[in-house]
Amino acid sequence: MKDAAATPRREGNVRPDLWRSIPVLSKAAGARAPLGRRSFLGLGAALTGGLALGAKPGQAEPASPPADAPWSQSIGPGVVDRPYGRPADTEAGVIRRNVPWLTAGTESSVSFSPLQDLHGIITPNGLFFERYHAGRPDIDPDQHRLTIHGLVERPLILTMKDILRFPQVTRIHFIECPANGGMEWRAAQINSLQFNHGMISCAEWTGVKLSTLLEEVGVKHEAKWAMVEGADGAHMNRSLPLDKCLDDCLVVYAQNGEALRPEQGYPLRLVVPGWEGNVSIKWLRRIKLGDKPWYSREETSKYTDLMPDGTSRGFTWLIDAKSVITFPCPEKPLDGPGPYEIRGLAWTGNGKVKRVDVSMDGGVNWQSARLHEPVLSKALTKFTLPWRWDGAPALLQSRVIDETGYVQPTIAELRKQRGSNSVYHNNSIQTWQVKADGSVFDVQLA
Amino acid sequence: MSSSRKRSLLLGVGLMLAAGAFARAAEPGPFGYGRIATPAQIAGWDIDVRGDDGAGLPTGKGGVERGAEVFAEQCAACHGTFGEGEGRFPKLVGGKGTLRDDRPELTVGSYWPFAPTLFDYINRAMPMPAPHTLSSDDVYALTAYILNLNDIVPNEFVADRDSLPKVKMPNRDNFVWTDPRPDTTSRPCMNACVDPAGVRIMSTAEGNGLTPRTTGPLDTMQPK
Repeated sequence: MKDAAATPRREGNVRPDLWRSIPVLSKAAGARAPLGRRSFLGLGAALTGGLALGAKPGQAEPASPPADAPWSQSIGPGVVDRPYGRPADTEAGVIRRNVPWLTAGTESSVSFSPLQDLHGIITPNGLFFERYHAGRPDIDPDQHRLTIHGLVERPLILTMKDILRFPQVTRIHFIECPANGGMEWRAAQINSLQFNHGMISCAEWTGVKLSTLLEEVGVKHEAKWAMVEGADGAHMNRSLPLDKCLDDCLVVYAQNGEALRPEQGYPLRLVVPGWEGNVSIKWLRRIKLGDKPWYSREETSKYTDLMPDGTSRGFTWLIDAKSVITFPCPEKPLDGPGPYEIRGLAWTGNGKVKRVDVSMDGGVNWQSARLHEPVLSKALTKFTLPWRWDGAPALLQSRVIDETGYVQPTIAELRKQRGSNSVYHNNSIQTWQVKADGSVFDVQLA
Repeated sequence: MSSSRKRSLLLGVGLMLAAGAFARAAEPGPFGYGRIATPAQIAGWDIDVRGDDGAGLPTGKGGVERGAEVFAEQCAACHGTFGEGEGRFPKLVGGKGTLRDDRPELTVGSYWPFAPTLFDYINRAMPMPAPHTLSSDDVYALTAYILNLNDIVPNEFVADRDSLPKVKMPNRDNFVWTDPRPDTTSRPCMNACVDPAGVRIMSTAEGNGLTPRTTGPLDTMQPK
């Protein structure tokens, strides 16, 4: 499939049952083909659910005052028409997407958050990226148990009711898969913000500190590590140093104020702030303390980083500082010269984002962007920078500096250290090539 | 659910009734929530096997020949008869000496550092449609077969809790278990940071046909 800008007319593929709310637009666009670039952009925005602002595709705004629309001259559905609620029908294209050729099936696979249509630091629960190792288990919370045992004074079995009684904490943290950007180690391959960066999401998590649970069982002094395990078919497990468990890990049952989604570990998951996502075990059922790490498959054959000399790095948990411009991007091109706001997200597993710089010329000159409050530790941070685009080709980049002084590297710098077979932890600077027609492409520079 | 797992569940329920007596033996924690887990209750879920020393390996054993039978029945559909991998499912065999290559092949034989990890992973996660349903003997047998396919153990090898930790995997010593990052030292230069003449596009994703659609329904939702 070609990139979005190269294939303007794809409404023929749209399934009417999924897109019943927009047949008029589709038909109108089809009748008017061929479309100019500008009209495609308008149509694309409506189809993808990006807020379709401004003129309708292919027609100028009429000079007379706009007439009352049908929805202004009728009465709408009442309360509890949608007892849970859902996005507007025209936002139907704002969804998690996967890369079918990446994995053998969907059960051990990933999906990507549509960062191009998100506007804040919180990822809506239905759009939080997914990573499964054995599909999504649908768990009965009444039957779910958390067992904590091993080098503890009092091995415990906790029900969900028990866990809800412990003192609550609420924190905002990102979770990023270390394979985010993994398809780009060798070269620019995927022309998309969503597919190159969408394995990061951020939510407000509520639960109990892991340290509280460990106090409850009593940690024996010889304990140095914890093995955390899920109730999914993979019985997904990882080893964590006890120090990290006692520092800031959370055992959570709520995400953005409501119960976790099954996709995110319902009824109970671990959140390990600032560390690679796979250690934040979902569907958490067991914690065992021991004196050494377990060297499970997921920390030996997977989630280890192969270096050019043939050695591999293990236990590379930290998410290094990273940032990306989310507008413009391949999915959201520019609509002619004029004033714009460059927008983006930055994050670091080290703590807080200190500064984000933006370059329009491929890294020759930089200016600092504005960081938007709140700037939270191990959470997404939003940045913006006003930009008057003169219509000339540009190479947009963002570069984050975190509170430890660590500076986000270029892909060339990373490759010099790690070659291109390490799969994980590609936190390099993203370059977006802006062409004179406003279209945007994923490129890599020398 | 296998009948042995049903039995252990029933056993667990029975022992849970006796847990009150056990709980009195330990001081309660600060909140006193939950119930003390009895040894039998813990045993039901205590499946982990430690990779480097095999701690936690259960009783039982299995050889290469039996492993080939179980593999043909349970594993070959995805992993291929000899572990060569079907489609995009993981290859389990081969790749020795390729780790420095441009396209390295990471398999049990070429990459995995610890043999007990193989038992642990098969036992906890395989076969994918019905994980954790094989007997310990069959998991041992599969472990022996896959190690044998990789020429790491001889045909007569029998895997058990004593023999597996002694198997030295070819790539065992090539892992660094402490994180050397940060391994880059970029400086936050602001002006004239690189020569503008040196700013060149080395690769572009434009038009290479690898990007799934980013609008409309998913590719997999398209009518066939």
